[in-house]
Amino acid sequence: MKGKLDKKTLALQAATLKKVLGAVGSHTPLLVLSLFLSAAMAVLQLLVPVLFGDTIDAVIGTGAVDFETVGSLLLRAGILIACAAAASWAVSLINNRLTFRTVRDIRARAIRQIETLPLSYLDSHSSGDIVQRVIGDVDLLSDGLLLGFTQLFSGVVTIVVTIAVMFLRDFRITLLVLAMTPVSFLVAGFIAGHTFSMFREQTAVRGRQTAMIGEIVGNEKVVKAFGREEKCSAEFAVLNEELQKKSQMAVFFSSLTNPSTRAVNNVIYAAVALLGAFRILSGGLTVGGLTILLHYAGQYMKPFNEISSVITELQNALACAARLFDLIEAEPEVPEGPAELVKVRGQVTLDGVDFSYDPEKPLIEGFTYEARPGSMTAIVGPTGCGKTTLINLLMRFYDVDAGSIRVDGADVRSVTRTSLRRHYGMVLQDTWIRGGTVRDNIAFGSEDLPDEEIIRAARETHCWEFIRRMPKGLYTEIRESDLSQGQKQLMCITRAMLRRPPMLILDEATSSIDTRTELQIREAFARLMEGRTSFVVAHRLSTIRDADCILVMRDGHVLEQGRHEQLLAAGGFYRELYDSQFAGSEEE
Amino acid sequence: MKALLVYLRRYRLECVLAPAFKLLEALADLSVPLVVSDILKRGVEAGDRSVIWADFLLLVFLAVAGVGFSFTAQWFAAKASVGFATNLRQAMFDRIQGLSYTELDRLGTDTLITRMTSDINQVQNGVNLALRLLLRSPFIVFGAMIVAFTIDVPTAWIFAGVIPLLLLVVFGVMLTSIPLNAKVQQALDKLLGRTRENLEGVRVIRAFTREEAEIAAFDAQNEALTKMNEKVGRLSAVMNPATYVLINIATILLIRSGALRVQAGSLEQHQVVALYNLMAQIIVELIKLASLIITINRSLACAGRVRDMLAAESSMQYPEKADAFVPAGPDSPVPAVRFDRVSFTYAGAGAESLTDISFTAERGQTVGVIGGTGSGKTTLVDLIARFYDATEGRVEAFGADVRSYPAGELIRQIGVVPQKAVLFEGTVRGNLCWGREEASDEELWEALRLAQAEEVVAGKGGLDAPVEQGGRNFSGGQRQRLTVARALVRRPKILILDDSASALDFATDLKLRRALRKLDKETTVFLVSQRMATVRAADRILVLEDGRLAGSGTHEELLADCPAYQEICASQLPEKYGNTAAAGEAGV
Repeated sequence: MKGKLDKKTLALQAATLKKVLGAVGSHTPLLVLSLFLSAAMAVLQLLVPVLFGDTIDAVIGTGAVDFETVGSLLLRAGILIACAAAASWAVSLINNRLTFRTVRDIRARAIRQIETLPLSYLDSHSSGDIVQRVIGDVDLLSDGLLLGFTQLFSGVVTIVVTIAVMFLRDFRITLLVLAMTPVSFLVAGFIAGHTFSMFREQTAVRGRQTAMIGEIVGNEKVVKAFGREEKCSAEFAVLNEELQKKSQMAVFFSSLTNPSTRAVNNVIYAAVALLGAFRILSGGLTVGGLTILLHYAGQYMKPFNEISSVITELQNALACAARLFDLIEAEPEVPEGPAELVKVRGQVTLDGVDFSYDPEKPLIEGFTYEARPGSMTAIVGPTGCGKTTLINLLMRFYDVDAGSIRVDGADVRSVTRTSLRRHYGMVLQDTWIRGGTVRDNIAFGSEDLPDEEIIRAARETHCWEFIRRMPKGLYTEIRESDLSQGQKQLMCITRAMLRRPPMLILDEATSSIDTRTELQIREAFARLMEGRTSFVVAHRLSTIRDADCILVMRDGHVLEQGRHEQLLAAGGFYRELYDSQFAGSEEE
Repeated sequence: MKALLVYLRRYRLECVLAPAFKLLEALADLSVPLVVSDILKRGVEAGDRSVIWADFLLLVFLAVAGVGFSFTAQWFAAKASVGFATNLRQAMFDRIQGLSYTELDRLGTDTLITRMTSDINQVQNGVNLALRLLLRSPFIVFGAMIVAFTIDVPTAWIFAGVIPLLLLVVFGVMLTSIPLNAKVQQALDKLLGRTRENLEGVRVIRAFTREEAEIAAFDAQNEALTKMNEKVGRLSAVMNPATYVLINIATILLIRSGALRVQAGSLEQHQVVALYNLMAQIIVELIKLASLIITINRSLACAGRVRDMLAAESSMQYPEKADAFVPAGPDSPVPAVRFDRVSFTYAGAGAESLTDISFTAERGQTVGVIGGTGSGKTTLVDLIARFYDATEGRVEAFGADVRSYPAGELIRQIGVVPQKAVLFEGTVRGNLCWGREEASDEELWEALRLAQAEEVVAGKGGLDAPVEQGGRNFSGGQRQRLTVARALVRRPKILILDDSASALDFATDLKLRRALRKLDKETTVFLVSQRMATVRAADRILVLEDGRLAGSGTHEELLADCPAYQEICASQLPEKYGNTAAAGEAGV
């Protein structure tokens, strides 16, 4: 409705609409039926007042009532009413099924897409944004588009039938009504314009207030630690009063639209009554006829208002649909090889690997390295040097641009992703704990293990100390916010340990754990890593001292490689890193 | 909801005027069918054109008066509802300021923020609609019935019969669907949570090859949600056809009985028309009432949550200012902090976080607190500032139980640097003045110098440099130094640094510790850290292990006889301490 739509936008919207209809898929007959029945319902419901009006015409006065006509008209009215009610019930039921099932189907497609989209897509979209698409946008799409369709359709039918019936009764009165219609639009448009600017002001102040609430209440402990409670309350009061002023105006203005259009409608009603009365006097209209016209005039604006709000909603819904299809139709991961990787010894070879996230900015170039089965490779270097990227490549979250990565001689692209990943145990710095029991979290992917075994692993990783204290132990429901960062890391380590994989990847896995616990965990790891190929990223050099080979990386290149002692002796970049870390601990 | 009504008290007048003007508007609406009836009787039947004109003008007048009354009502409703929400928001904010750490932990800051923003907005919306419409719709429905009785008593009984039936259908459907809708919302929230988890944990899910299991779990939840939605949908699908049938059957009966009465000469045609028009008004208002009740019900749920929040009481008791305790003067020999057999359990926790801790910190001493993740370090220092009350034992500050200080008195003596370096939107000066409102510029710069943050602030443009929300225009290390400065500005008698150097490089950390030694001789410093180097030079080091005091003494003493401390040292500097460790295998 707002502004002029250029051709490109229209074409885009048409394309989206097509996709939406495609998504309706097997439910298309329902959609057609819904449209047909709602049109039928609109016509039937409009015809009932006509019959009532004609009946009233048969009730002329004392002793002059035409009971035969009254009876037959009312009987017909009763049949129409029954049909209209049946149609309306059917439309509701059909729309229910149509919308909820379409929503279900779209969401099912979305989750499958999420599980298979390349990481490059998911990494470049915020998860909040994608969640919004899968949950909020889908709902808006079904309400706005599918229900919007039926409403739009029945609204148009209602207007057409209304005007047609009115014309048949009295074209002069109909012309009068049509002539007055634009007034209502003008009034509504005028108020909407003002409301919009008031709402904008309100939104601005509310935004500031929400930010303040987030900041102060979100850090209430700091506020209390500095005894700033009263001061904060006073600051809040100032903003709160400002919001009050803006909100009051916005709320007031927005509530004027309905009474105003109703007033215009009432004036139309009065005009119809006036003209109608004169027409009865001149014999051009009956009392029943006037009753019908008044009935129509009283509800005349309703379909117009509905259509205008439906169109706004439709545009909204189309925008949502476009965002949604952007997700659903995103390019899935490149196909995988058919072979299954079995009985892996843990020989990992990187052969002339090139990789970059952005073709403009080359990152890893010509990387060649071989990890023997059972060896430990440590990767160190400053932020952004490509450590985590290497892990993305090993796990095949991303594919190399050139060169190859081979496990036991098999190119990772020639085997299925699941069979490759099944042989890796991975612990990342960004811990992931889901809402569920402790057991759900640490036995993730090893659900069938007995509790004793899970507890044994938890003891080894020092998780058991805090899990034991929880009200229901392994079966305690936890949320991410219940745990400290260190506790979360410990749980993630346990999770990887339980899988007993031939190859291990630890990306800053112990960064939030104190050094002493880390040491104890490292012993557990040492037992675990026995005979397993492992890749360890760490910024704490104490963590990686025992590696069979340390790769020192900077800007995607390996600067140095070798054992700890060799690298220290070489006096290069590794030495520099090492010295900077331990400087200061030897004070005085 | 009585507890919330006090916040509406100031708007008592508005709360009466808003519905009152709405009723006037309704009266205008109700008179319309009577005026039309008059047109037919005195105008058309008698052929009096002047009556028709007069009645037309009356209708236009009613339309104008109606919109006038309506605007007035909307104004009062906006004023009352926005004012109410403003008061409520302030009350809630003030209440949050008065909560202790225990309640903040229990309620959760996220929840508090939701209550203060979206929940209160919903309540405002509910109050606004209730003031405008809650009385209007029933008034019109029953008003129409009463008017019908004034026209013709026998026919009016049809009104009296159909209204309860309509109410039964509308409220029956609504009341049964309200709890179902709540369940649907829960199911939707769950689905949303799962989608978010899947996105955030995508690497873990793929690494553990759990995609299929995740899809299956999502599908199950998705199907359950759809089933629930369809169930609610089937229920509400009954409402429209049922009310439609009821009202139209009533109309048929009305016209039929009207015909009989007209035939008998006890009713006239124009009166039948009036009755018919009145019937038409009822249904429109009933539908409005139903959707209004849904909105109000939703805001009542929000109001209930807000009320529960407001009912939260601080669990911390303070003595009256009258019996104010005056801390011992600087010359008296009492220790700064003394713990006497202190144990502490977090509310709702299964086990103690601190067990039987006793120690004494003399004035001017530096006390290091070291221990592993979750060993109770932060809990211990939180008890000093009385952020929590000890569950057992006694915490003393300057010779008096911390519980004997009036509200705000103890915290004035203490400067806290929390683990999470939080700054607030505003300026550097504004943030530093949290420490002490009246601090001069020289004092601020002095604190910045001590905190190694002088260059940071100078580089950003001085004390009036802006601080963005959450301090995001400063790096982690810079924020940490600014929070140290903020605490120093206070010139505290007790300074608590809770792992406040974790984001600093070792060199800056060292400089900071050296600077702290230049503080006022009377300042007692608590240094919490995981780094041995940080606490090494302290006058006394408390070693915590699993909530218990595993050792207490100087670096050398502990190194001699505290195995836990030896292990920590060995894990951090194996070259130097690896051999002294009793746990020999620590020196990997």
